Amino acid sequence: MPRMNAARKHPVEFTLNGRTVRAEVENRMLLSDLLRHEIGLTGTHVGCEHGVCGACTVQIDGRPARACLTLAQQVRGSDVRTVEALAPDPAVLSPLQAAFRRHHGLQCGFCTPGILMSLDALLRERPDADREDIREHLSGHLCRCTGYATIVEAALAAAEEQRKEETTNA
Amino acid sequence: MKPASFDFLCPDTLEETLAALADGGGDARVLAGGQSLVPMLNMRLARPALLVDIMRLEPLRRIDTSGDEIVVGAGVRQAELEAWPSLSRDLPLLAAVFPWLGHVQTRARGTVCGSIAHADPSAELPLSLVTLGGAVSLRSRNRKRKVKADDFFIGMMATDLAEGEMIEAVHFPKARPGGGYAFREVGRRHGDFAIVACAAVADDKGLRLGIAGVDDRPRVFPLPALDDDQFDDAINDIAWSLDARDDFHASARYRRELVRGLGRETLKEASRCRA
Ligand code: FES
Ligand code: FES
Repeated sequence: MPRMNAARKHPVEFTLNGRTVRAEVENRMLLSDLLRHEIGLTGTHVGCEHGVCGACTVQIDGRPARACLTLAQQVRGSDVRTVEALAPDPAVLSPLQAAFRRHHGLQCGFCTPGILMSLDALLRERPDADREDIREHLSGHLCRCTGYATIVEAALAAAEEQRKEETTNA
Repeated sequence: MKPASFDFLCPDTLEETLAALADGGGDARVLAGGQSLVPMLNMRLARPALLVDIMRLEPLRRIDTSGDEIVVGAGVRQAELEAWPSLSRDLPLLAAVFPWLGHVQTRARGTVCGSIAHADPSAELPLSLVTLGGAVSLRSRNRKRKVKADDFFIGMMATDLAEGEMIEAVHFPKARPGGGYAFREVGRRHGDFAIVACAAVADDKGLRLGIAGVDDRPRVFPLPALDDDQFDDAINDIAWSLDARDDFHASARYRRELVRGLGRETLKEASRCRA
């Protein structure tokens, strides 16, 4: 692959929430900025831009990752999911989102999209996730409003619901 | 908080990578998972003219066992080594370290070698490599060399890596039969950099204690047995020999106290695990 000049924009193609997207970006464009400013998906929030707060967390190839620590060029060919992919329909929340609402897992909502993407990845990978697992995943996020307890309760409730769902479907 | 501009190269071969690094000299940087480098770019503490993305180089994405070493290639993400099936058998120290290493969200992208290259004095992976007596394989267009971990880290975020060189792999010695290993750290928040971290090994060669977060690089020291009368003096001497400093996170005095406390606890645990 040829050297990509800093002064120009270059194409990058990846899957975003199930659809192929193609964008022209400067090399220094962060994934968080590509999502928000170029593509217009502002659900992914930006707090610190150095990997500390977790607000920008998205899923890259199924794993939660910091969009602010990822160059757009690094997701070439990858599968990226953002918070916009969670709700099955604009009027219907996903079970995890609904649990957040029921348990008051959010107040201002700034940290919420990142936390949802981490927990969604956890519950897909480990449907039996317990309080410890949930707290470990949350340690990568800062929330200044809730005190975290309601977030843990929401996640536990969603995990429980998901397990019930699976047994009824089995 | 946006990176300054840079040229970008994503080579398909190691030759192409090494040629670009040789031509770029001090202005070229290797990009792997980006979890240490991208924050530096965002804060403009690093302003390379060229970034060379090595994550498409398949040969670097392997974990190999060679003799009594586990060789981790420069493209292996931390989460991949964490999930490696033989980890708790062959690298029990790392199995204890991983839960403390950044967060799930950064381990998913960050590489093992990237953390070694970044050489933060309080980081867990450099500490583990030094404590286990590992080594780093370096590669440039004209040269290949292997450097002992203790010689590789030369100071605060400074390593023996020369211009035009890249880390090709790191070598962790396999756990010795019957060896005991332990790790503890104290930090402000789980997953943040440690204020002080200690790693201990108890095996047929005796007791060793690795310490991060105090000196400008991870250090390792031999120690007498815990029930030896010399033990308290020895660990106290180590605490005082390090260049502990006061900073925003902790005082020098608190750091020395953590070395004595965590040091004793990890050594105890490692000795207990020793079969
Ligand atoms: S904005 Fe990415 S971690 Fe804070
Ligand atoms: S809900 Fe406000 S920061 Fe978490």
